[in-house]
Amino acid sequence: MGSTKQEKKKRREPMPPLKIWLPAVVAAWLVPGGGHFFLKRHGRGLLLFFAITATFLTGIMLRGVLFQPRTGDLLTTIIYCGGFIGDLASGLLYLLTIWLGYNQPDVAGFMHDYGTKFLVTAGLLNVLAMVDAYEIAAGKKT
Amino acid sequence: MPKISLSHFETALLFALFTSIVLGVVTKNTDRERLHYGLKSFAWFIFALFVIGWLMRLGHG
Repeated sequence: MGSTKQEKKKRREPMPPLKIWLPAVVAAWLVPGGGHFFLKRHGRGLLLFFAITATFLTGIMLRGVLFQPRTGDLLTTIIYCGGFIGDLASGLLYLLTIWLGYNQPDVAGFMHDYGTKFLVTAGLLNVLAMVDAYEIAAGKKT
Repeated sequence: MPKISLSHFETALLFALFTSIVLGVVTKNTDRERLHYGLKSFAWFIFALFVIGWLMRLGHG
C-alpha cells in the first residue's frame, strides 16, 4: 500500500510555473472566454463569452438574486457561501452588476428562482472555462 | 436591463443550450469532438427535461 502511494506521488506531474498559467486564468476569471482569447483560441473564447454572458444576463433579466455570504447552520452556510462563490466566479460581470447597483430582494416566484440558478450557473461555467484555460496554458491540452 | 418572463420549458431550453455550448467547448480536444459532445449534451438535457416533466405530471396525477 505504502509503495503504491509513493509511486503515485512520483508519477504526479510538477505544477507548471505560476507565470505561465496565472495571466490566462485571471483573464478567464475577469472576462468569460478571456483566457482563451489570451491564449489565441479566439473561436472557443467567443463561444464561451457568448454562452456564459448570455447565461448571466438571462439570470439578471429573470431578476435572480445575487448571494451574500451568510453563516448559521451548515445548510445555510453551504447555500449562501457557496452561492456567493458561484456568483463571484463570473468575474467582471458580477462586479459590474454590483457596482451598477443591482439589488434584487429575495422574493417568492419561480422566475426569480430560475434567475438565481442562472446567475450561479454562469459562475460555475466560468470556472470550467478557467480550468480549460489553465490546461491549455500548462500544455496539457491544445 | 429589461425584465423577461419565460415558461418552465423555455427556461430549461435556454439553460440546456448555454450549458451544452460550454461543456462542448471545454471537454474535448478536437473541434469535431467538441461539436459532437455539445450536441450530445444538449440532446440529453432535452431528453431528461421531457422524462422528468412527464414523471412530475404523472406523480401529481
